[in-house]
Amino acid sequence: MEQIIGLITGVLFGLLMQKAEVIRFEKQVGFMLLKDMTIIKFMLTGVIVGMIGIYGCHSLGLISLSIKATNVAAIIIGGLLFGIGWAIAGYCPGTSVGALAEGRIHAIWAILGMLVGAGIYAEAYPALKTSVLSWGKYGKITLPQTLGISPWPVIVVFAAVGIVFFVWAEKKGL
Amino acid sequence: MNISLFTARWSPYIAGILVGVLATLSVVVTTAIIEKPKYLGASTTFVRAAGFIEKAVASEHVASNAYFQAKKVKVDWQMLFVVGVFAGALVSSRMGKTSKLETVPPIWQQRFGSSSVTRGVGAFIGGVILMFGARLAGGCPSGHGLSGNMQLSVSGLLALVCFMAGGIITARIVYGGGDK
Repeated sequence: MEQIIGLITGVLFGLLMQKAEVIRFEKQVGFMLLKDMTIIKFMLTGVIVGMIGIYGCHSLGLISLSIKATNVAAIIIGGLLFGIGWAIAGYCPGTSVGALAEGRIHAIWAILGMLVGAGIYAEAYPALKTSVLSWGKYGKITLPQTLGISPWPVIVVFAAVGIVFFVWAEKKGL
Repeated sequence: MNISLFTARWSPYIAGILVGVLATLSVVVTTAIIEKPKYLGASTTFVRAAGFIEKAVASEHVASNAYFQAKKVKVDWQMLFVVGVFAGALVSSRMGKTSKLETVPPIWQQRFGSSSVTRGVGAFIGGVILMFGARLAGGCPSGHGLSGNMQLSVSGLLALVCFMAGGIITARIVYGGGDK
């Protein structure tokens, strides 16, 4: 059952990413060269709607959150490394699979590289666990928790920043 | 505002709104049916897939590795989610007639020429680095970027800022910022 739900969710997500054209190398690298904001429009809209949906359902007691731990050093180093590879490959993990499906066959090399990268990480994990991963551990924290306020003002700020960004991007034709 | 499956392109805002709805529904439905909230994510699947491949040649090694033990090498919700992304993009690109055979993308070609081997090597190296980074950071633009930020997590916001900073700086160096 779990797998069937995953498959259906994936099909819909793949369809939405393909229609929005965010799985293209041009759109990914276009953003990184600050010439095309399509992927940010897509992602930020999704995040803002998702925030309202997730916190709405959470406050009704329908769902629980699943927060990833804030390991500051690992996120900064890992995040920057991710960015370096992302720029060279032109794809992130989710989009690489979709890009291959729409005929961008060079994405297969990025996917193979990702599998190798995952294998290398598994080998390095024991050493990383006692070093980088243990530096700056703050646990599973959220912004409203850290600020000591309700999530809603944070959502309002995110949405406002998003709308200002969208207006700017449309005005600049990015 | 045409959002037919036969339309080549949808507005990123419309698609983004639908992604927000999909992400919320995913959590609600999985909580109700399998009693585990499933937030969208992709990169752990690459760990599990690598585990399956390595298992074929060195099963004891995989069984004894702490990371594979922690992530569990299994066919789970997320692995089928990633398979679904492939299927969804395949159907969508066929119906919208936007499927195109491409061995070297134009921006890459401008900088490194039309060799598909050069592009293959570049894509592979990029893939290795980005996945190592994603696992160290604990997620990719789906898990941290979308799902993390939807939950207002500190880790999601920090990761997204670092992904972008690394990408923007590297893209400028690799592809040059000059030509339009």
